[in-house]
Amino acid sequence: MRWIMARRGATGDGRGWHWTDIFTWVWLILGTILMFGPAVWLVLSSFKTPAALAEFPPTLLPYVTQTTLIDGQEKPLFIVTLPDGSTATMAELRRVGIVAQMVPPDAADAEPLPVNIRDRAPVRRIDFATGNYTQPFLQFDFLLFLRNSVFVTVAATIITLLTNSMAAFALSKYDFRGRNAVMLLIIATLMVPLSVILVPLYSVVSSVGLLNSLWGVILPTVATPTGVFLLRQYMLTIPDELLEAARMDHASEWQIYWRIVLPLAAPALAVLAIFSVVWRWNDFLWPLVVLSRKELYTLQIGLNTYAGELNVQWHFILAMTVVAMIPVVLVFVFLQRFITAGIAGTGLK
Amino acid sequence: MRLTATAGAVLTAPLKWLARAADVPLSAWQRLTGQRGMIALFLLPNMAIFGIFVLLPLAINFLYSTTGGTQFFLADRPGVGAAHYVRLLDCENHLLPATCRDDMFWIAVWNTARFVVFQVSLMTLAALITALILNRAIPAKGFWRAVFFFPVLLSPVVVGLIWKWILQRQGLANLFIYELGMSPVNWLTDRTLAFAAAVGVSVWAHMGFYMLILLAGLQAIPRDLYEAAEMDGTRPFRVFSRITLPLLMPNLLVVVVLALIRAVQIFDEAYVLTGGGPGTSTMFLTQYIYEVGFANLLRNPGLAAAASILMAGVLVVLTLLQLWLSRRRGAR
Repeated sequence: MRWIMARRGATGDGRGWHWTDIFTWVWLILGTILMFGPAVWLVLSSFKTPAALAEFPPTLLPYVTQTTLIDGQEKPLFIVTLPDGSTATMAELRRVGIVAQMVPPDAADAEPLPVNIRDRAPVRRIDFATGNYTQPFLQFDFLLFLRNSVFVTVAATIITLLTNSMAAFALSKYDFRGRNAVMLLIIATLMVPLSVILVPLYSVVSSVGLLNSLWGVILPTVATPTGVFLLRQYMLTIPDELLEAARMDHASEWQIYWRIVLPLAAPALAVLAIFSVVWRWNDFLWPLVVLSRKELYTLQIGLNTYAGELNVQWHFILAMTVVAMIPVVLVFVFLQRFITAGIAGTGLK
Repeated sequence: MRLTATAGAVLTAPLKWLARAADVPLSAWQRLTGQRGMIALFLLPNMAIFGIFVLLPLAINFLYSTTGGTQFFLADRPGVGAAHYVRLLDCENHLLPATCRDDMFWIAVWNTARFVVFQVSLMTLAALITALILNRAIPAKGFWRAVFFFPVLLSPVVVGLIWKWILQRQGLANLFIYELGMSPVNWLTDRTLAFAAAVGVSVWAHMGFYMLILLAGLQAIPRDLYEAAEMDGTRPFRVFSRITLPLLMPNLLVVVVLALIRAVQIFDEAYVLTGGGPGTSTMFLTQYIYEVGFANLLRNPGLAAAASILMAGVLVVLTLLQLWLSRRRGAR
């Protein structure tokens, strides 16, 4: 509660709470619910059984109705309010309309008691349906999709870092004719989003034989103009004297690049690596066009396809959506400040 | 930090070996061609990929848009001149898609235009308010900033599916409506509501990014201006309209244009959320290009290419506007 007092002090005129202070806190708290709520709801829902998911109104936590074995069959347990006002735990044998035939769980042979369904409530406990996670991996192809996504993300990020840093090195540390032209060309490609060159890019990728190959997903994405731009801006701040000193010691240009410039550009490389991982992990439209064989699908494409096909099987879809979210959430929790600094610094995403 | 450093060292070890191994042939290349050869070599991988996967397709796009048929290989495609453009632009009344020869294209155009207007204005407003609030003297600023930034990192498929789950008939959104004593709403099967949902979800997913840019702009406004205003006893609204808004204007313009560029290309999350439906109510331009080019049984890559070139025209204008604005911002 200290901040409340501090805030009042900060206004400094003794008027206490201004309407803008109230608005600020309403906005922040509603914003938190609206921004985090949907993801939290997704995670909670992903642990529910299909029966619990079909319930309306839904419960916050994943509950399952407890059951008991009667004559080898699972029967649901209820807490029944008896006519005399006392309550008892009973199992439902069958239900006709609004009347259920119920027996005590330990005396299955007793005469069934007819109970109005308004006078009973199910016995429930919290239970996490982890099968939602294991079954898609074991029975469907999600393990394959996950592997494809990891491969695409890792390979694309490594190639992005390598090619972008080489180009950025040449564009920042050498003076040569046409340097500005090359820089302009790279910036100009920022203007060419995927949706504009979708059709011809498809034909190019298909004529170099990369259709239905993960490399066909990876290669067109790796020469990011954003990355070259970001790395070049950073490398410009590395003093040229260092390079000159290395040349005096007969270092080759390649050695200067990977022994001196790359280590010094590590902070910018880290930012680009984080961006690249998020970009490639999240890619959708391009893999959707290039990959038509199911065993090559990335997680995003597989998820979208299954969401269409397993339309009723929300429990699997929700769990796999959580899996698709995990790497990005990890990046968010541990590396968020790099990203926010990167965006604020360059205005690029 | 030490953990990341160790992880980095482990991950880069094989790359270091590769780099060392590459030194032998590359040093030979340098002796042979001098520094110019090395510059070319450093630029080659990146520029080759740019050339093959960006510039070449860009050039081919024009050839595509002037040829017909369903084949993807250029040699198999007969020339049709400007027929695709004529087909796309042929309308009795451009405001009424039903009077157009390619009604789907104009439905997509007007849907996209409507989407752009609503999404950009709502998102800019939300981003501006959030940035203003986060720029105040509040505790745990970093936390709140992270909260509003969080959805930006999520993939469009995840965003689409999260909201599809919330907006479905028995979803969380209808629970609130039910608790308020009203009858449940068909969010994704009603034309107007589905469109509103596409706009709202898109605002939700991208607002944090623009909020960050605006926040950086706000933090760059010199403190002493505010102190001077306070000493003069200037009213808060006047401070906002005379100091904050004018000094933030360059950033605000960049944000609007960036948001426009992205909104014109809307596809992923809307496609996952509604699939373009119900009917054609959330069919946007990129989806039109995708479906005409690849997904339809009667696919027509030439027509899709022509549509994408028309869209590129809009994007080039917007991007040039953005470059001009950021140059002006840099000049200040």
